[in-house]
Amino acid sequence: MKVNRSAVYGVSDEVVAREIAGEIIIVPLSGGIADLEDELFTLNEMGVVIWRKLQGRRSLNEVIEELKEEWQGDDGEIETDVLGFIEELTRRRILVVVEPA
Amino acid sequence: MSRVISPSYSVKVDLSQHSLWKDRGPLLERIDLELTERCNNNCVHCNINLPMGSVRARQRELTTDRVKDILSEAAALGILTVRFTGGEPLLRKDFEELYGFARRLGVKVLLFTNARLITPRLADLWTRIPPLEKIEVSVYGMQEDSYDAAVRVHGAFAEFHRGVDLLRERRIPFVVKGPILPQTGRELDAFEAWAATIPAMDQPPVLSMFFDLRSRRDSPARNRLIQTLRVSPDDGVKVLTRRRSAYRKEMRQFCTKFMGPTGDRLFSCGAGQNPCVDAYGMLQPCLLLRHPALVYNVKKGSLKDALTNFFPGVREIRASDPEYLARCARCFLKGFCEQCPAKSWAEHGTLDTPVEYFCQVAHAQARELRLLREQERAWEVADWKARLEQI
Repeated sequence: MKVNRSAVYGVSDEVVAREIAGEIIIVPLSGGIADLEDELFTLNEMGVVIWRKLQGRRSLNEVIEELKEEWQGDDGEIETDVLGFIEELTRRRILVVVEPA
Repeated sequence: MSRVISPSYSVKVDLSQHSLWKDRGPLLERIDLELTERCNNNCVHCNINLPMGSVRARQRELTTDRVKDILSEAAALGILTVRFTGGEPLLRKDFEELYGFARRLGVKVLLFTNARLITPRLADLWTRIPPLEKIEVSVYGMQEDSYDAAVRVHGAFAEFHRGVDLLRERRIPFVVKGPILPQTGRELDAFEAWAATIPAMDQPPVLSMFFDLRSRRDSPARNRLIQTLRVSPDDGVKVLTRRRSAYRKEMRQFCTKFMGPTGDRLFSCGAGQNPCVDAYGMLQPCLLLRHPALVYNVKKGSLKDALTNFFPGVREIRASDPEYLARCARCFLKGFCEQCPAKSWAEHGTLDTPVEYFCQVAHAQARELRLLREQERAWEVADWKARLEQI
């Protein structure tokens, strides 16, 4: 699935995202999101960082630039992480392209 | 930021296998909502049901908005699952609305139902928006005559089958369970064989036979009837040990965790940690315990207040009944015994009077496992730890 760097990504209406006890919990709303009837999703540490950045309805380019400024690390790795995260979560129908704010 | 070795940023969590919480979980993980006490069945053994058409009961029930408020607060406190139970929860005309509301809050719904009111429209809803918990269907017989006799409604069996067929057709995960009643006892093998054909049944159905009395203490006549339906302790043990090796294995694990005297502390169960809102807005420590001094009116307060200020005090209540202190407080069969304040309340109207029937059941199980000899009383056994180790 191709990731559009100039697009804004937000939470799909097929899931409900919640923050409980410091954890991001993604609860399927539509059928077929998870394999088992009681499966939920959480995010790893990097996923949480990227997820929080997406909440401002910024384009991926903006998200990547902000993360590069905030995090000391290899710029290429940051870009790879963000694009990988978006690719994975759009494939899982958790994120979709949304209108900019 | 550095790349993790795992290529996955989102992690699927099977809650039956793993906890979601790295440290402490939320204040409330699960709540029961008893949407109504009314039921379209009229089971002889039921400890709560009121007639389906009871206007008085319906008028007292929480409004749709009240239920939504409770769900919203429970979600804000962290619940992942709400159990909709009753009575028959599908009797509520706003069931679909409440179900959708809960799911859109990101809460999984565990539904207890007799399946008679499942319609194609409801089954479609559960296909589109799955409950994320297996629906639990109570089954009252394998034949039309036995089923209808148990629930005392003509035509109920056909409706139950239609409901279950809809779940099967739509591949909505569900499990079945049921009571052993005089009308249905001979159908046990047939029930288990049928249950094994249900895809989500990964173990034999849960059977109930040690029936509780009316939890509202509203009918001495019904209580007398329920008492006549209770299986004898020895016959109950025969049912429990039908798969002897599995039973012994399970009990071995159970005994290492849950046995031993609990002293005068009445609540060793975490009462109020997964509480139940009854049909009228009273928050109970659990589904069964309706003692008026131990429930909290959520219409005048909040779930958070109940959880932080009310139930901790409930959990500190100590037994004072001399008979309880002489027997139950010293008994190492606590894990087997269904004696608890809820049972004592239903049976005697107190919190700490021993319930003789459950005591006998626990002793029968203990004899079967050779934890006790004939005529021995568990609270008089000094070497109980050594006996447990022998299992």
